Amino acid sequence: MANPVSYRVETRTRASGRAAIAAAALVVLAIGLPAFAGRSLLQDMFVILSMLTLAQCWNLLAGYAGLVSVGQQAFVGIGAYAMFAGVIFWGWDPVPAILLGGVAAAVLAIPTAFFAFRLAGAYFAIGTWVIAEVVRLSVAQWKSLGGGTGTSLPREATSDMMFVEPIASLFGLRDAAARDVLAYWLALALALGTIAGVYALLRSRQGLALAAVRDNRVAARAVGVDAQRMNWVVFVAAAAITGICGGLIYMQTARISPDAAFAVLDWTGYVIFIVVIGGIGTIEGPILGVIVFFALQRLLADYGSWYLLILGVIGIAVMLFAPRGLWGLIHDRTGIDLFPIRRRLIIKK
Amino acid sequence: MTLLSTHGLTAFYGDFQALFGVDLTLGAGETLAIIGANGAGKSTLLRSVCGLIPAASGMIRFDGADVGALSAPEIMALGIAMVPEGRRLFPSLSVEENLLIGTYGRKTQGTWSLSTVYDLFPVLRERRHNPGTALSGGQQQMVAIGRALMSNPRVLLCDEISLGLAPVVIKDIYAALPRIKEGGTSVIVVEQDIGQALRVADRVVCMMEGRITLEGTPARLTRAVIHDAYFGARV
Amino acid sequence: MIWVDTIVQGVLLGGLYALFAAGLSLVFGIMRLVNLAHGDLIVLAAYLILFVVTVLGVHPLVAVLLAAPMMFAIGWGLQRLILTRTLGDDILPPLLVTFGLSIVIQNALLEGFTADSQRIPMGAIETASVALGPVSVGLIPLLTFASAVLVIFALNQLFYRTSLGRAFRAVSDDPTTAQLMGIRPASVFATATGIAMVVVTIAALYLGVRSNFDPTIGPARLIYAFEAVIIGGLGSLWGTLAGGIIIGVAQTLGGSINPEWQILSGHIAFLVVLLIWPRGLFPRAFD
Repeated sequence: MANPVSYRVETRTRASGRAAIAAAALVVLAIGLPAFAGRSLLQDMFVILSMLTLAQCWNLLAGYAGLVSVGQQAFVGIGAYAMFAGVIFWGWDPVPAILLGGVAAAVLAIPTAFFAFRLAGAYFAIGTWVIAEVVRLSVAQWKSLGGGTGTSLPREATSDMMFVEPIASLFGLRDAAARDVLAYWLALALALGTIAGVYALLRSRQGLALAAVRDNRVAARAVGVDAQRMNWVVFVAAAAITGICGGLIYMQTARISPDAAFAVLDWTGYVIFIVVIGGIGTIEGPILGVIVFFALQRLLADYGSWYLLILGVIGIAVMLFAPRGLWGLIHDRTGIDLFPIRRRLIIKK
Repeated sequence: MTLLSTHGLTAFYGDFQALFGVDLTLGAGETLAIIGANGAGKSTLLRSVCGLIPAASGMIRFDGADVGALSAPEIMALGIAMVPEGRRLFPSLSVEENLLIGTYGRKTQGTWSLSTVYDLFPVLRERRHNPGTALSGGQQQMVAIGRALMSNPRVLLCDEISLGLAPVVIKDIYAALPRIKEGGTSVIVVEQDIGQALRVADRVVCMMEGRITLEGTPARLTRAVIHDAYFGARV
Repeated sequence: MIWVDTIVQGVLLGGLYALFAAGLSLVFGIMRLVNLAHGDLIVLAAYLILFVVTVLGVHPLVAVLLAAPMMFAIGWGLQRLILTRTLGDDILPPLLVTFGLSIVIQNALLEGFTADSQRIPMGAIETASVALGPVSVGLIPLLTFASAVLVIFALNQLFYRTSLGRAFRAVSDDPTTAQLMGIRPASVFATATGIAMVVVTIAALYLGVRSNFDPTIGPARLIYAFEAVIIGGLGSLWGTLAGGIIIGVAQTLGGSINPEWQILSGHIAFLVVLLIWPRGLFPRAFD
């Protein structure tokens, strides 16, 4: 090699560099938000961040791995119930008990995947939904957790919750408000961690394998990508995070019932709209989608069922006329990639 | 009298331009063979005539009318039937149902009906209740031809009907062409197998790289001339 | 003896599920379209029947005759304008679009008819029963089952004995070659969805006569219908009836042990069947 061409492979773009700086500033701002924001803003932010986490998980499944699940509410619900079980039966503090939710969801994901992966395409979607129904109906038989009517977190568990006292004294808040701050920070950490995790996965070798499987299953197998193994990893990981998120949501609510915790509309339906409207198969899409979703919810809050009706119409319209969502439109106009995954070859003479 | 013609026909196969201004005529009652190597644009030509591929520019005229903008079902209803490459029988339909569905978009009475198609290919009568795909390749090709005949078309387009068949089977199938002609149908056969095509055709057109490079009657075309048109001139 | 009674009731209930599923099976078999709004369309048809009954003061059976062509038109238009755009190799667009449709129909019904429970009044026939050997069965459940068998028989005749049925199968096999036969796939699909909606109207009559309904009950009916279709095997209409019966019997058996296990038993029966036969009981030889 007398005159080697030097080159490097990178995924960074100019926009992503700037975005990284802006994102760092935003994260700092978000962490400091409780210092100057009121309780209702923090509660809104909690909803946005937890929906964002669920949306990133569903997007990873449907947008990257081609696993269109309509049964993610199974993992929200089982995560929430596991958290309640930890607190009520074993006297755990609710905060670490959230992680129990992740474990329970991951454990549930194993038989679910074993069953659902035998089904292709549409059968998979229906199969996951049926499993979620089975879990809901089974949990409703769990009399010591309130059966079909549900139960509440014991008062002493919520009042003595970890971190609440230092937060209360730091900001000079009452316990209830301090619990909102704690829930907000946990939701922020979970959402950022999920985005970082998904981004890291997609940039890794496994992420490339995932894209290869999505684009051409047969060709991917021919170059040695084990699609089934990747699907297992993604499915169980998404379930675990979804379960943690479920535990967190119901730590904040402090009251649970099977119908609410396993609601297909709340935990899968809305999530699908967020991802579709924002742009499926991108990390930016769910972020944009959750903002639009929340704005619509606020705007149409007084119109009852008209809100969902309009949401449905928008979802259909986006899927038919802009199947890559709002972020797809923005990306096509501007070429911006905030979370670049595509590798580019840069050759230096 | 010209029944079907193309004028300056240009078409794309995916992103590739497959036809570059093709002018073709087919007379009433004529049998025309289009020969050429793989990728010469023969199949694209047939597929744009029958409406499966839109023409990028140029004109297709059938019986005096411009049919270039019509869809495949509309063109079929006018009386242009296609025997697609690879036979393409419907696997959920029996042999007889495959034949019957040939009349879905055009129910014209004429020479061809279930009984005359079975007379043309007697082996199909015995197997009429079998699934189409349970037949041998040659028998499937007979079903595909019969299916196209069922609508009593004025023009029959045959795309590579000898592909993948044994020589003795090809002979059997080509033996049916004169009887199809007798029924008054004009025929275009697209072939890579020159021998059979030359035997049945009134006229031969040779294509290369999306253009017509040679045209004439089989009697006047020598092997050498065809060879040049087929593979390009030896320089 | 009580077991015989339970199983007979389950079989009859299976007839209702088969009715829910027959239209779905037809559409699914022909265009591989998973219509997540199917349950909501059944509820929509039930409201339509109720509306006709209330406004015109006619008997529900007459109302069905009036509602069926309207539902055919709704199905035809839905397919032509929306669903046909979602067909293709990617399963995401049909799933997401019909999911959106499900939400739209539910909330439009909420807006139009409120969340109150409704029922289609049938008069004395509602409580009539007949002795079927040693067991006594309600006339309405018996009629439901008979209608299911009749509907599936009729759909099978259509599918295997008519020119339109051949076109359904041909388009399902190979839409491109079907066009060479003069078949317009979009128009054939629209007709299929229209026919499915006529079946939906019949299902809606029994849904509304047998029990209360409100705008939100569609998705649960969709699940039962899908379970019946999948158990039966893609494209097999008699298989769909068998699937409906399996779900129905499992539900009544489970319910006879503990009323809270009724729905759960149906789902578990579905999972067990699918675990053993992933393509259903009567799958087509090819796909």
